[in-house]
Amino acid sequence: MGTSLADVTLYLGQGFLTSLKLFSLTLVMALPLGLLFSVLSMSKVKIVKAVMKVIIWAIRGTPLMLQIFVVFYGPGLMGWHTPEGYRFNAALIAFVINYACYFSEIYRGGIESIPRGQYEAGQVLGMTKKQIFFKVVLLQVIKRIVPPMSNEIITLVKDTSLANTIGIAEIIFNGRKYSKMAGLVWPLFYTGVFYLVFVGILTLIFNYLEKKLSYFEV
Amino acid sequence: MSVLQVSDIKKKFGKNEVLKGISFNLEKGEVLSVIGASGSGKTTLLRCLNFLETADEGTISVNGEKIFDGKNSKRKNDAELRKDRLHFGLVFQDFNLFPQYTVFKNVTLAPTLLKTDTEENINKKALALIKRVGLIEKKDAFPCELSGGQKQRVAIARALCMNPDILCFDEPTSALDPELTGEVLNVIRGLKTGDSTMIVVTHEMGFAREVSDKIIYMADGVIEEQGSPEDIFENPKSEKLKNFLSKSLENQIKED
Repeated sequence: MGTSLADVTLYLGQGFLTSLKLFSLTLVMALPLGLLFSVLSMSKVKIVKAVMKVIIWAIRGTPLMLQIFVVFYGPGLMGWHTPEGYRFNAALIAFVINYACYFSEIYRGGIESIPRGQYEAGQVLGMTKKQIFFKVVLLQVIKRIVPPMSNEIITLVKDTSLANTIGIAEIIFNGRKYSKMAGLVWPLFYTGVFYLVFVGILTLIFNYLEKKLSYFEV
Repeated sequence: MSVLQVSDIKKKFGKNEVLKGISFNLEKGEVLSVIGASGSGKTTLLRCLNFLETADEGTISVNGEKIFDGKNSKRKNDAELRKDRLHFGLVFQDFNLFPQYTVFKNVTLAPTLLKTDTEENINKKALALIKRVGLIEKKDAFPCELSGGQKQRVAIARALCMNPDILCFDEPTSALDPELTGEVLNVIRGLKTGDSTMIVVTHEMGFAREVSDKIIYMADGVIEEQGSPEDIFENPKSEKLKNFLSKSLENQIKED
């Protein structure tokens, strides 16, 4: 194993691909699951609402690292056999549920912040509930949730490093391993550059979105 | 035949009885003003007519057809309710324009979604209405670029584009700066000559007197007195109405 910048970059890059895989799969699944959670947490059926609130409280009230351990070691402790490759899936499950809970609260805040008058204006014009939601309310909700969602998504990028606690070879894992093997500290510190570049790109995208939606006020 | 017959409408919120039996008729082309102190039930009455609230008792008939009966109000499904609602238009106190759409799209959105006519006719009609409220040069502006008075004029055009039998106004100038009320009142005045049937809940006594064919004075959930503008303003009979009129006159003088 070489110690040139190119060698290190390549080795860390492989780890970062795993980080990105965890990041993007979490995002793709937690965005819709969060919507389901938010709808349930606003349900008129009291028991559904209560159960959802308890789940959100438990997930937001405990560290993500602990949740990763529970999902990874839990099945084995109960005597269940976990399939090959469960390690990554365990991390993914914990991330998806955790982020869905945070997203659901952002969605709920966005939906509840739309004034009742917007719904009523649609109603008196004879629009259906579906039309009111999709044609009147939705874009206003999106505009309101872009800033808090950006925050949460950027946090997710960095949270993927928690997966190294169950031995997933993401970038921090690779960085530590490399530093140990080569007796050098800088490769571990160098991992930060990968995060910075990726978060930089995301920030540009979110800024673009916010600008795109700045033509109206809610 | 009256275009609107309202009979014995009652509405409670919990133990609070807001409407205690409201009845009146309205002929086609008439303008009815509803006046009264805050909390007298004026707004709730309008909301019951537009089915934003469901009255507990009473009936509402439009053009002789009974569209609401408190006895079996729960039997209607969403589609029927939406159809009944279209007899009425409502202009809100705080406009409630759709912020993400231009003036033009605000006016055309509902008719286009509900396919009330061909797209071409809807667009033509919308432009005519926007012109009528004097905002044709603002047709591509977004609500955040408009003044309060302009927003309310757009809201009026939007309501008219659905061809309601009866257009209701819920204190259309109360959220406006005093210097902006005039332009909105002028638009409403202009509609009177256009054969629109209107119900206006208002605190603008001068306007009510000038524009109305009929005035209802509400107090504590009942119609305390009703009649022509002359009856109400020159020969008020009940003590409550006399007090109310002298108080609003005082406020008027203070404002001027």
